[in-house]
Amino acid sequence: MEFTYHIEGGDFSRAGAASSEVKKILKQLNIDLAVIKRVVVALYEAEVNVVAHAHEGIMKITLAPDSIEAVIADKGPGIPDIALAMQEGYSTASPRVREMGFGAGMGLPNIKKNCDRLEIESTVNAGTTVKMTTFFTG
Amino acid sequence: MTLQEIINRVGAEVVLDNHQQEREVKYAFAADLMSDVLRLDASEVILITGLANPQVIRTAEMSDIPLILFVRGKGVTPEMIALAQESNISLLRCKQSMFKACGELYAAGLQPLY
Ligand SMILES: Nc1ncnc2c1ncn2[C@@H]1O[C@H](COP(=O)(O)OP(=O)(O)OP(=O)(O)O)[C@@H](O)[C@H]1O
Ligand SMILES: [Mg+2]
Repeated sequence: MEFTYHIEGGDFSRAGAASSEVKKILKQLNIDLAVIKRVVVALYEAEVNVVAHAHEGIMKITLAPDSIEAVIADKGPGIPDIALAMQEGYSTASPRVREMGFGAGMGLPNIKKNCDRLEIESTVNAGTTVKMTTFFTG
Repeated sequence: MTLQEIINRVGAEVVLDNHQQEREVKYAFAADLMSDVLRLDASEVILITGLANPQVIRTAEMSDIPLILFVRGKGVTPEMIALAQESNISLLRCKQSMFKACGELYAAGLQPLY
């Protein structure tokens, strides 16, 4: 099964709408609640990153019987140094993003913690693609 | 302690009850930084926050947090209430400061996560 959601950059009132839809689907499939939490926290961090740092993006979900793969691809400024961005505490978030309760530089490390496989590709002045996979059973 | 005891202790107004007054609450986490809330492994907590925007509700939704207490009489918008309703999250609001509300609830036996 595949689902695709649009993510609008800068629109904090809608941030989380895509992750919320995915959560509803996973709940219907009776996936273990602890696994659902890991998946949707990682998705939400990635969704908020598009809203906070990029112009627009999509979230593409591919569901298999034993796993979920999510690709969050955006058009935006890109990440010049991914290793640096992965470090806890590194953030270029604007004051507006910080006012919304984000910008601690904890999102990417938290995505890594909450998924089983993570790949990030980015081109400066073009965009960023985050691909994460989580398996439903150990 | 029960949610009702928390309500009495800080003189909270119930903004959205979702029928959880008798729910037992053992742990609390206080933060204005949603990045911090998203790193919690635990879910069965009451989130105490001075930040009032839709992302607080979204953060609780993703983290399976069922209860939120807004301090300093922060305005909870209809949009936030609608989001909380969808996810069965109860919303409380009190006039006390973050420090006072946390102190009262700690003294009453609510436990920290860390
Ligand atoms: N989709 C993206 N497009 C452009 N830059 C990004 C993107 N995602 C992350 N970054 C860059 O990587 C940095 C670190 O991201 P991370 O999610 O860890 O922290 P944050 O978003 O700044 O704060 P937090 O996630 O704690 O709210 C960001 O500040 C930003 O510079
Ligand atoms: Mg982030």
